[in-house]
Amino acid sequence: MDLLNALVALANFVIVPGIAYGSQLALGALGVTLIYGILRFSNFAHGDTMAFGAMSTILFTWWLQSLGVSLGPLPTALLALPVGIAATALLLLTIDKFVYKFYREQKAAPVILVIVSMGIMFVMNGLVRFIIGVDDQRFADGSRFLITAREFKEMTGLQEGLAIKSTALLTVVVAIIVVAALFWFLNRTRTGKSMRAFSDNEDLALLSGINPERVVMITWIIVAALATIAGVLYGLDKSFKPFTYFQLLLPIFAAAIVGGLGSPLGAIAGGFVIAFSEVLITYAFKKVAGYVLPAWEPDSLIQLLSTDYKFAVSFSILIIVLLFRPTGLFRGKAL
Amino acid sequence: MILTSRDLLLFALVFGLIIATGFTQSWNVALGIFNMGLISAIMALGVNMQWGYAGLFNIGVMGFVALGGLGAVVISMPPVNDAWAAGGLRVIFALLIGLATIIGAAQLWKRMPKGAPRALAIIVVLVAGFFIFRALFDPAVEAIEAINPATLGYLGGLGLPVLFSWPVGAVLAAGAAWLVGKTALGLRSDYLAIATLGISEIIIAVLKNEDWLSRGVKNVIGIPRPVPYEIDLQNSESFVERATSWGFDPVIASSITVKLAYSSLFLTVLVILLWLSQAALASPWGRMMRAIRDNEVAAEAMGKDVTARHLQIFVLGSAVCGLAGAMMTTLDGQLTPSSYQPLRFTFLVWVMVIVGGSGNNFGAVLGGFLIWYLWVMVEPFGLTLIQTITSGMTDGYWLKDHLLESAAHMRLLTMGLILLLVLRFSPRGLIPER
Repeated sequence: MDLLNALVALANFVIVPGIAYGSQLALGALGVTLIYGILRFSNFAHGDTMAFGAMSTILFTWWLQSLGVSLGPLPTALLALPVGIAATALLLLTIDKFVYKFYREQKAAPVILVIVSMGIMFVMNGLVRFIIGVDDQRFADGSRFLITAREFKEMTGLQEGLAIKSTALLTVVVAIIVVAALFWFLNRTRTGKSMRAFSDNEDLALLSGINPERVVMITWIIVAALATIAGVLYGLDKSFKPFTYFQLLLPIFAAAIVGGLGSPLGAIAGGFVIAFSEVLITYAFKKVAGYVLPAWEPDSLIQLLSTDYKFAVSFSILIIVLLFRPTGLFRGKAL
Repeated sequence: MILTSRDLLLFALVFGLIIATGFTQSWNVALGIFNMGLISAIMALGVNMQWGYAGLFNIGVMGFVALGGLGAVVISMPPVNDAWAAGGLRVIFALLIGLATIIGAAQLWKRMPKGAPRALAIIVVLVAGFFIFRALFDPAVEAIEAINPATLGYLGGLGLPVLFSWPVGAVLAAGAAWLVGKTALGLRSDYLAIATLGISEIIIAVLKNEDWLSRGVKNVIGIPRPVPYEIDLQNSESFVERATSWGFDPVIASSITVKLAYSSLFLTVLVILLWLSQAALASPWGRMMRAIRDNEVAAEAMGKDVTARHLQIFVLGSAVCGLAGAMMTTLDGQLTPSSYQPLRFTFLVWVMVIVGGSGNNFGAVLGGFLIWYLWVMVEPFGLTLIQTITSGMTDGYWLKDHLLESAAHMRLLTMGLILLLVLRFSPRGLIPER
């Protein structure tokens, strides 16, 4: 019984949040890795792209809410998602046309493109702050919990409760659908195959008649969709605050590099590796230990690191992977 | 000729802008911009060494600047004797244990043959070391933080004159840079970028959370000054007499005197650094650095140790950023860890270097002054602009209120646009490399 309680406590505070956070990171890292594979630079504006996508969705959600539209138990934001994606895609394509295209034609060094993306990051960050401000914004509606801690306790008779936020389940379901659709697209459709060919060997792809501008355009649209979905899911699960999206950049890049830059499968694996290590290392195990070893009464929280050091976790994993396996777990195209 | 007449004109223009602020607003504001401009110029010099000389992409400037700030606290604040008695030595002992654990694990990695026993041994050493460290560290920290937490609750510093903290800040930053460089240099350039971004976030997290060291978010205030206090000047009869005899209000005169004193200190540092950087750039060492930057493979074939040279310049550049950080904390008179924002301390310095001209020290200095001036002035300019645009709208109209409220965020947008425009139309910057 105690073991079961320990397991439930672990699930409540580690496994469920870890899965949800991992899915959000994986979606973000997929965007980074796609840009790296096709456009060949690390996009520092990705966190702010997520913020922009989430912001457009939020604005449309508010409008829908003011009209009284709702999806019942599901958040209205899902309905607004396509609009958010479209707005983000439009913005990214405009930026590509006026900014990135010039450097692509120049065949500029990747590091120049990284600096350019830094400029874009400033602009997007300013844009988001200009439009919606820097404060926390709440836009989640629909049912809050799939199952609350109290219901779970009553149902099972255990001491520990397991609360599952509906946004956590939503995150996982949406992430699975998106990832499945992305892999189907990359592996089964003609366009997807041409994208992979372009990523593997640009010259060969050009020789076989693939239109590079079209590949780039589709990449930006997919990235817009991924970033917006990741941003909205993160915002629904936690809350929307422009600055936190900027800070997500580090774990997202860590996830993409740990998995192997340029490898979509690696991005997903990396997302979960980073998310679970962050949650595990910053979780206070006192409760779990209390159930597993009732005789041992620790006076500390048995917390390896305080939650403020979660950046240190993704950073350390990143460094370890870079030192021992620089191409990442899934053999990306790095080095 | 190091500077062309065009460069001199650009410098004259930027200083003209700052002087114009003195005439239109106040000399206090203008000198404030000038002082921070001096510090920004030094930060830009540091980044320019890394990026301009060697092509290293460091986006952890914020962390090194903050470490410099910590240097100011550690050197100049008076020591808290009660806290030292309560747990000072224990904290240091615990940190040494932590260090020994890491060194021990690294030695095991080097000495033992590859295989399961080695992995096991390393894990045992790391886990055991961690628990011993925490067992020693946690109670010591608790004891220190319990000493008068409202005003102290930390170990304090050494109580030395604050000017000593400038080189110490540089050394602290150099130490952190050595650690990062040792691990991340030699990998791809993007990886160095991510690694430096990470280390800077960690440094800020440490400053925010390790109250025993830096009082965390409770801030350290009242760091001793290298220059007199305004109030002392106002109380000094001779000063008041001289100020009034020259026709100045003593209150304004005192604050301007203090700012000028800071300016002369900072200007001295900047001039020495600029002279050193120019000498280094013109020396065989500087030419080697640029050769490595332009073609690593060729430089390596000529027998240059690329990774070692990269580490060298990375440490040097970060030390300069640390120096600037210590100077800035001295100027502010306080260390506020939560004020360190990457957009302000890392990316803005990058805008300075790129706009000023990467690879040219004078360009970095110009960029430092110009971008700092814009950073300060864009907000009032933006507000005026928006007030003009919205003047036709009725008061209380939601769009007008929203626009007026958002004017403060114009800065980031403007900085981004400036960066993009310079990169596109004048990628070598205002004063290009020669």
